[in-house]
Amino acid sequence: MSAPSGVLVIAEAEDGAPTDLSREMLGLARRLADELNDGLGGGVDAVLLGEGLGDSAGELIAFGADRVHMGDGAAYAVYLAEAWMAKLMEIAAASPPVVILTGHTTMGADLAPRLSFRLGTTVATACVAAAVVAGRLQATRPCYGGAAREVLSFKTEPAVLTVKSKSQAVPDRDDGRSGAVVVVSTDVGETCARIVERKVQATAGVRLETANVVVAGGRGINGHEGFKKAQELADVLGAAVGASRVACDLEWCPPSYQIGLSGRTVAPELYIALGISGAGQHMAGCGNAKTIVAVNTDREAQIFQSSRFGVVGDCQEILPPLIDELRKLKSGSKT
Amino acid sequence: MHIAVCVKQIQNPEIASALLRVDEVTNTMRLASGVSPVMSPFDEQAVEAALRIREALGEAKITVITMGEESARQVLKAALSLGADEGVLLADPACQNADSYTTALTLSRAIQKLGDVDLILAGRQAADLDVGVVGCGLAELLDIPAITFAGAVSVEDGMVRVDRVIENGYEIQEAPLPALVTVSHEIGPVRKASLRETMRAARKPIASWSVDDLGLDAGQVGELGARRVVERLYIPTSDIECEYVPGANAEEMARNLARRLFESNVL
Ligand SMILES: Cc1cc2nc3c(=O)[nH]c(=O)nc-3n(C[C@H](O)[C@H](O)[C@H](O)COP(=O)(O)OP(=O)(O)OC[C@H]3O[C@@H](n4cnc5c(N)ncnc54)[C@H](O)[C@@H]3O)c2cc1C
Ligand SMILES: Nc1ncnc2c1ncn2[C@@H]1O[C@H](COP(=O)(O)O)[C@@H](O)[C@H]1O
Repeated sequence: MSAPSGVLVIAEAEDGAPTDLSREMLGLARRLADELNDGLGGGVDAVLLGEGLGDSAGELIAFGADRVHMGDGAAYAVYLAEAWMAKLMEIAAASPPVVILTGHTTMGADLAPRLSFRLGTTVATACVAAAVVAGRLQATRPCYGGAAREVLSFKTEPAVLTVKSKSQAVPDRDDGRSGAVVVVSTDVGETCARIVERKVQATAGVRLETANVVVAGGRGINGHEGFKKAQELADVLGAAVGASRVACDLEWCPPSYQIGLSGRTVAPELYIALGISGAGQHMAGCGNAKTIVAVNTDREAQIFQSSRFGVVGDCQEILPPLIDELRKLKSGSKT
Repeated sequence: MHIAVCVKQIQNPEIASALLRVDEVTNTMRLASGVSPVMSPFDEQAVEAALRIREALGEAKITVITMGEESARQVLKAALSLGADEGVLLADPACQNADSYTTALTLSRAIQKLGDVDLILAGRQAADLDVGVVGCGLAELLDIPAITFAGAVSVEDGMVRVDRVIENGYEIQEAPLPALVTVSHEIGPVRKASLRETMRAARKPIASWSVDDLGLDAGQVGELGARRVVERLYIPTSDIECEYVPGANAEEMARNLARRLFESNVL
């Protein structure tokens, strides 16, 4: 056992490759490790547990890891806290990190609190920034439904952070980087909790998280018909469709459409908000979009404060001509 | 069957962000005047989950626990009016400005003091600081299994069964009791207090325990025992200026918007 050093990234894979958020975290880990290097030294370790991971280790190294702990096997096909915890405690004990990063996902948000308590430390969740200030780590996280930010430092080590998706730049890939790969055994003992069944819907159409354009509907879109129109607009733009929580709660669209604090996080080039008031908890999931366009009957709606373009009008009336016009412009037949 | 539900009193999360004011000396949010604090919405859903379990089982005791100021008694009363049986108020001044760790520590001692708890329910996150740590932290301190993000919870044969909401769907997880579950809004609409329960609630007991009663000392709890330091709390400002797209009617506005999007290379 050695003195604590370096940054440990708990990566996640999807379809056999590290997720975009894992790459974002490697970029952040690299910066933190270099900043911490002054006083503390240490590199970037990554852990990836999964099944059918292919050359994910090589990928993680290319994006910034110095050493990758890979556990590839059926035992890790699906995330289960106890199985992950056992391996992570072993890894953290063998070479204690000063910072641990995990994604703010349904895995990371479940894992990080447990890990931090078991390590006798604490965690800052859904962080959007982290930096070393005067030799100490500071993490910035949104709070109060996204309306405020708090900057935290830590009295205990390691500092555990869950990182909000789309909050960090993805580093450039460097295939020239080299790193070590440590094989993590796939013997997972008995766990208390177990997964009985899993129902995952394949996404129809464009994925929200990777879409360049997102069209989202809220209470003002007025029902299923409104979502059909939103889908039509999305099809013209090659966009994905999302929603506010109210629209999901009203069952105008599937719950998986929900964008926001308790839903998904997107950061597209263009976000078109239809009949959405712009509550902090909604903006928490789309505030990082490059351009926001809002259609709302209420000129004073909060959404306009984050919008570059606004239309004060009724979605039902605006959508049909908007779809027509965009279709024309898209096909190049400008009038 | 004894279910403990952890509920937190917070500032109403639906108030306009323009009403939020930071106290820069203490790095805390000042309560907006005239707006009553509420039970954190996910905790309302946790109470609802407990009531549904009791209905399904026919019998269960539900204890609600809160740590906060004396005013937090209100959220206990609200839960008792919904049908919970007993309340525990942890309002020792030493507990103020707790972090996730000291909150979980204090709550865990209260649960141990209750003694016979089979199932603990918490919200997925408190809707003030939006942290989402106390649930799993409690489970760690009590050394029991935890299942997070429940969209549905049921109990059968000494096991808790949870529809756990995940990206793109859900999974069904089971764990033996005692266990902890964090509840998400997918649980669906919560009931309103009935007149009958509200009348009964006045007679239901609320225990008030100090840090000493929990076998802790002031240095271990609240701000003193916290493992994080709040360096700064602030309200970010936006410098975005909205360009309202003109037009005499919907068609004109729609056409102008489409053109502006192309002209400005957004599309
Ligand atoms: C802890 C917590 C977590 C939350 N998490 C989320 C989350 O993840 N995602 C989320 O979205 N919300 C979340 N919320 C809810 C959030 O606070 C808001 O209540 C919600 O986002 C409002 O949805 P909305 O904008 O569709 O509806 P409303 O706020 O009702 O707004 C509807 C808007 O539509 C406009 N409108 C009405 N008719 C028309 C029309 N015909 N044409 C155009 N505009 C029209 C209105 O002017 C209004 O601005 C959360 C809340 C809490 C407390
Ligand atoms: N002060 C508190 N009193 C009672 N329960 C709490 C308190 N703080 C947090 N909790 C519980 O823990 C959950 C998660 O809180 P947090 O980790 O602070 O986001 C909440 O939804 C509550 O169920």
